[in-house]
Amino acid sequence: MTALLAVVIGILYGAGLYLVMRRSIVKLVLGLGLLTHAANLLIFTMGRVSRDGAPIVPPGAAELTAPYSDPVPQALVLTAIVISFGVQAFLLVLVKLAHRATGTDDLDALRSTDQ
Amino acid sequence: MLTSILLLFAASSLAPLAHRALGKRAGVCLAAVPALLFAHFVGQLGSVTAGRASAESWDWVAGLGIRLAFHLDGLSLLFALLVTGIGALVLVYGAGYLEGDPRLPRFSAAMLFFMAAMLGLVLADDAIVLFVFWELTSVSSYLLIGFDHEQEKARKSALQALFVTGAGGLAMLAGLLLLGEAAGTLQLSALGAEAARIQGHALHLPALLLILLGAFTKSAQFPFHFWLPGAMAAPSPVSAYLHSATMVKAGIYLLARLNPALGGTDAWHYLVILAGAATLVTGAVLAYGQTDLKRLLAFTTVSALGTLTLLVGISTEHSARAAMAFLLVHALYKAALFLGVGAIDHEAGTRDVRELGGLARAMPLTAFAVCASALSMAGLPPLFGYVAKEFFHEAKQEVPRAAAWVSTASFLGSALVAAAAGLVAWRPFFGRRRSQLSAHEAPPALWLGPVLLALLGVALGLFPGSLAVPLIQPAASAMRGEPTVVELAPWLGLSPALVQSLLMLAAGAVLYAVHDRALAALAPLRGLARLGPDRGYQALMAGLVALARAQTRALQNGVLGVYLLVTIGSAVALAGYALFSRATLAAPAGGGVRLGEAAVALAMVVGAVAVIRARTTLIGVAALGVVGYGVAVIFLLFGGPDLALTQFAIETLSVLLFVLVLRRLPPLRQLSPRSEHLRDGLVAVSGGLFVTALVLAATATPHATPLRDWFAANSLSAAQGRNVVNVILVDFRAFDTLGEITVLAVAALGVVALLRLRPEDRKESL
Repeated sequence: MTALLAVVIGILYGAGLYLVMRRSIVKLVLGLGLLTHAANLLIFTMGRVSRDGAPIVPPGAAELTAPYSDPVPQALVLTAIVISFGVQAFLLVLVKLAHRATGTDDLDALRSTDQ
Repeated sequence: MLTSILLLFAASSLAPLAHRALGKRAGVCLAAVPALLFAHFVGQLGSVTAGRASAESWDWVAGLGIRLAFHLDGLSLLFALLVTGIGALVLVYGAGYLEGDPRLPRFSAAMLFFMAAMLGLVLADDAIVLFVFWELTSVSSYLLIGFDHEQEKARKSALQALFVTGAGGLAMLAGLLLLGEAAGTLQLSALGAEAARIQGHALHLPALLLILLGAFTKSAQFPFHFWLPGAMAAPSPVSAYLHSATMVKAGIYLLARLNPALGGTDAWHYLVILAGAATLVTGAVLAYGQTDLKRLLAFTTVSALGTLTLLVGISTEHSARAAMAFLLVHALYKAALFLGVGAIDHEAGTRDVRELGGLARAMPLTAFAVCASALSMAGLPPLFGYVAKEFFHEAKQEVPRAAAWVSTASFLGSALVAAAAGLVAWRPFFGRRRSQLSAHEAPPALWLGPVLLALLGVALGLFPGSLAVPLIQPAASAMRGEPTVVELAPWLGLSPALVQSLLMLAAGAVLYAVHDRALAALAPLRGLARLGPDRGYQALMAGLVALARAQTRALQNGVLGVYLLVTIGSAVALAGYALFSRATLAAPAGGGVRLGEAAVALAMVVGAVAVIRARTTLIGVAALGVVGYGVAVIFLLFGGPDLALTQFAIETLSVLLFVLVLRRLPPLRQLSPRSEHLRDGLVAVSGGLFVTALVLAATATPHATPLRDWFAANSLSAAQGRNVVNVILVDFRAFDTLGEITVLAVAALGVVALLRLRPEDRKESL
């Protein structure tokens, strides 16, 4: 499964990188979204994927006993998901306003600070 | 020794205050500082002559073996005396020369700063300390050449000098580090003992070449001589001090200092002698072609620096004493000449030999100083220049193998310099008095320095045994790294050297006599001078600017896509190289793929492709949502229920947000041409391949789990929580979560602020 995930992550990265290099500003935002997903999956995979179950101490036990999936990358990814949402929200509003102010969605048309 | 350097730095920073508080007396008061140091160093003469070098040192960068170390031996002492002695005279002179000029405080401060740097340079006993002071002299020289900063020429000359000497300084630093590597020490006074080790080391030649580059640029050796005449844009006292008596001799100092360690090899002989001889002739020829006295002196300085380099390159007993004698006498007469010419310029308003004449009666003291110094320059007895010149003729007989052409070069050079000396001594003061009828003797501040220096030259010439030997013998010993006996007499008797000297003087007299006609005859050749190395420098600078401009245009063109392309491309190429050159790629073992998992993976890939191909924002957002839900399912399948829940919730929110905010945008257009799609696609695909390879390589390494195990063991016992991921977030790493919440709050504030902003309104109000 790790091999399959590696391929999926690679494809997501490739698609995301391709989109952020586009001139359309909306494609740039979509590309960033893809890169976010790809990065989260990448971190998740670094903890080694396994079907061993969630890192939750079963009732009655004093501590977690193997096998279980790695909680450390999960904690990182959880934070990343929430923060990327905040960034995305800000970005979307910024794009919206920039479009309203300049009337274009072409990044190449936004090269100077003057309108 | 550190105290003396710090004293000068302190005087430099206090100079502006001193000028404000003391007014006209400030110049003399500030000059008292180097004068006192001069007296201090004279007091050291006894112990240094007796062969006792004094040293002091402190730890500086202990980890790199760099010590703030100073060392006073004969060579350092000779330089220290020149730096402080001439420095004091020049400060007095400068106060008179710039009297009433509002820039005088700046002049005094910069001069004292330079003095401190130069003194540090000649006292330093650590290669790095030497380099630091070396650069400080370059920087202060830049400030002083550009003193008249409202003139474009002064600014350009200052920059040129800084570039040439700065580039050389960097080369020298590299060379010194290599030398330190070869010798095993950075301590300059310990290098001589390691000569055999250094010269047998593989790094010997690169170190030698780099150090020579530094010394040659600083001391204006051919083909780097061009910056020195340009530096004459500085006021006369600066030229006298930096560009003749002290700073330009730093290169000579370095060569002499390293002679025990590097000297004596074939490479040293040929490179140093060749550079010296070429400079000697070039400088003399160009000096003869000048009519501006200051430029003329500048080129004779170039020639003299060539002579010194030549002598250091020969590195025999005779050449060492000749080098030190010539160094001393040149500093004395050349400083006096520059100061004298400055006085002429100050009083008569011109420095052109064709317009000057008959000033001897009006300016008798200046005339005495300039004539005595010029005769010393020409090498006439009983002046000290005569002794130095005789030594030079003796030493050059010892040039290995190439004696004939070195003799020719020095004959030509000396004759031309003698003619130049005639121009400086005779033209302004004798003959018919020209236009400057109002000229009269300069104020005492302006003649004191030149007259004292000229008198010193006469005294050294008359009593060389008692006055010059204590200076020259220890210096020559330090330069050779072994005790050297120097005997001097005011008259060296009839010898082949004397015959040569007479022949040269005769040739010089002839050249002097035909100067006007020679210049007229050579006038058509003046265009050739523009093809010199200065032209190369200009072309280099223009090329540098053009390169920077082209690079900026290509990389910093304001197109976001290109920035990203370059950044992503370089990151992938560099990180990819590191990955593929070290890691071995292997398919991870075991696990297998279940049907459901494969279906989710397929859905995500299809979603990603659909985002790329989407024609409307809505389709793009929907496809992105598919990928996001796919990620959530993966989390769910592989033991991350919390992640999955969060991802589902956030993904739903963000799809809604996308649709709400972006619904009115135009359809997604194809904006870039096909070739750019192809180019970006190529970079993106390699980026994707790199990440796949990275995941495979990373998961193939053994999984270290100290963190995981610690959290698993302590989650319930220490934090009273069963869900380990939650415990990490809200307990063990609670501050991280607080930071995360802060980020969200800031983003929310930003969104609100943006929504309140109404760019249209502001545009209308403008």
